Amino acid sequence: MSVAADQQASYVRQTPVPAMPPPAHQTGVLGWLRANVFSSVLNFGLSMIAIGLILLIVPPLLDFLIFDATWSGNDREACLASAERPVAGACWPFIRERLSYFIYGFYPLPQRWRVDVFFALLAVGIVWLLAPRARARTWGALYFFVMMPLLSYILLVGWPRYGLPYVDTALWGGMLVTVVVSAIGIVFSLPIGVVLALGRRSRMPVVKFFSVVFIEFVRGVPLITVLFMASVMLPLFVPEQWSPDKLLRALIGVAMFASAYMAEVVRAGLQAIPRGQYEGAMAVGLSYRQMMALVILPQALRTTIPNIVNSYIALFKDTTLVFIVGIFDFLRTIETARVDPKWATPVTSTTGYVFAAMVYFFFCYLMSRYAFDMEKRLATDYRRRRGK
Amino acid sequence: MDRPKTMDQKSVSGGFVRRTADGAGQHAAVEMIGVHKWFGDFHVLRDINLRVARGERIVICGPSGSGKSTMIRCINALEEHQRGTILVDGVQLTADLRRIDRVRREVGMVFQHFNLFPHLTVMENLTLAPIWVRQTPKAQAEEMAMHFLRRVKIPEQAQKYPGQLSGGQQQRVAIARALCMNPKLMLFDEPTSALDPEMVKEVLDTMVQLAEDGMTMLVVTHEMGFARQVADRVVFMDEGQIVEINTPAEFFAYPQHERTRLFLGQILH
Repeated sequence: MSVAADQQASYVRQTPVPAMPPPAHQTGVLGWLRANVFSSVLNFGLSMIAIGLILLIVPPLLDFLIFDATWSGNDREACLASAERPVAGACWPFIRERLSYFIYGFYPLPQRWRVDVFFALLAVGIVWLLAPRARARTWGALYFFVMMPLLSYILLVGWPRYGLPYVDTALWGGMLVTVVVSAIGIVFSLPIGVVLALGRRSRMPVVKFFSVVFIEFVRGVPLITVLFMASVMLPLFVPEQWSPDKLLRALIGVAMFASAYMAEVVRAGLQAIPRGQYEGAMAVGLSYRQMMALVILPQALRTTIPNIVNSYIALFKDTTLVFIVGIFDFLRTIETARVDPKWATPVTSTTGYVFAAMVYFFFCYLMSRYAFDMEKRLATDYRRRRGK
Repeated sequence: MDRPKTMDQKSVSGGFVRRTADGAGQHAAVEMIGVHKWFGDFHVLRDINLRVARGERIVICGPSGSGKSTMIRCINALEEHQRGTILVDGVQLTADLRRIDRVRREVGMVFQHFNLFPHLTVMENLTLAPIWVRQTPKAQAEEMAMHFLRRVKIPEQAQKYPGQLSGGQQQRVAIARALCMNPKLMLFDEPTSALDPEMVKEVLDTMVQLAEDGMTMLVVTHEMGFARQVADRVVFMDEGQIVEINTPAEFFAYPQHERTRLFLGQILH
């Protein structure tokens, strides 16, 4: 053995080492830049390209949206470029004037409070179900999946005997339709998806067969095909007076489509649950249903919340496809409004599309943030996996 | 076959074990007659015959892959046997799901990896089955849970989640969870194998205490000290067969079968 090793072996520290601050080049703005932006040649190049792109995109965008934009006026004249204003930006008065159309479609003016109440009911349900510290979440789920849909139906469609005049769904439009279609997709896809996912893992061959066929068939065709099927083919098979409402047909199509995707998301969650959880539940005498409802699904759904929200985001954007079967969703109302001669200017269409993009982005980003926060909370939560 | 179900809550104030006056000695706690099991083509259990009397403590040992775990998992139908008869407290295990659920209610099981429910607190882990399976009122179930948590010496952890406890504490929670169903019989599947060495003792102490209270126990373990101390009989298995059954004193001092001698020679040093 060498001398150095001997010395090392007999080394004993005599005085404690006090904690020292880190070297200066690792802290502060400079340290951050060094570590995150200019840490290597490749990183330096990428940072430069990114900064270049930002400079290329952001200033013109801000010019169009804010600095060159028209903020007031009553018709196209206000939004046109003129001698004293050579460049005309976004035409915001157009959005302001047509906003109620974008939200309610042709829903009769005196009845629009019903739509507002519906939005409020939905907001309550969402907050109740998703807020991390919400109380009595079982009741929240009952409200969201049972009571709210019933109330909303009565509210939006009407109940003439009790003073709510009937409103034909052909008059619905705009954000109302987008929200209704998404909400129906969201409310129905989760329970149906759970049932399909359990069915797919079932030991009963018939149940398993039907679940697999449904999931694979619906997942194997585009949403547009499902919508065409629902709106064109379905009326061919049922007599005229039995033929359901156009919106309802689209809703069923969307709900079926979303359920099939949800089934796969839930199945992935179920697969992540270790076998020991099933055995633990069986060993204390829980029946199959109790085991699933009390032990397996709560864990499986909790871990898949980010994925569930992810498919909700996709669903929310997919609802724009219902315009193909002649339903006036939010995007469709903008489509029709932008060609209105009253507001015909070179910037009207762009303004309309930018507005649509901002609205969709707002909702999707909200959902995405929620999923992200949830993921972080779950990672730091009690589930440190040691419990198996 | 069916005995009237007697719900006896007196055990809450007493020890670990429910002592019912009725039917002592009527049936064996477990009776396995000519049991065979295959995993695919692999013959895991071969002609298992074992009768466990009430209050008896059985330790099952043997090399890994010898079918010990599979055998006790057959007793609460976590594994299905393909030939032979298994009677648990006089009830025959068949494919009938309701009958299997009834047997599982009376048989507690402790796993190598605890299998606690990580999304529930310790208290909820303990009261889940009594509330949903036995329809015990919540307050009563919680009282009983606290009683067993005190017995396993961790009442202060009731409101924590399993992930916040050490392995030894989790295993003691798992024992308490099984006891909350007032089982007539407890199965232990290598309860200390996944634990850090310094935590083995606390779990074994709990099990010794349970044995002293007269619980019928079938324990798969490599802890030979435990076998010596509490077992009435030691069962040695190899290649899916029961090779030797004897009292611990005889078993360790005068192993009869060649394979037993080989096994003991390997583990007792």
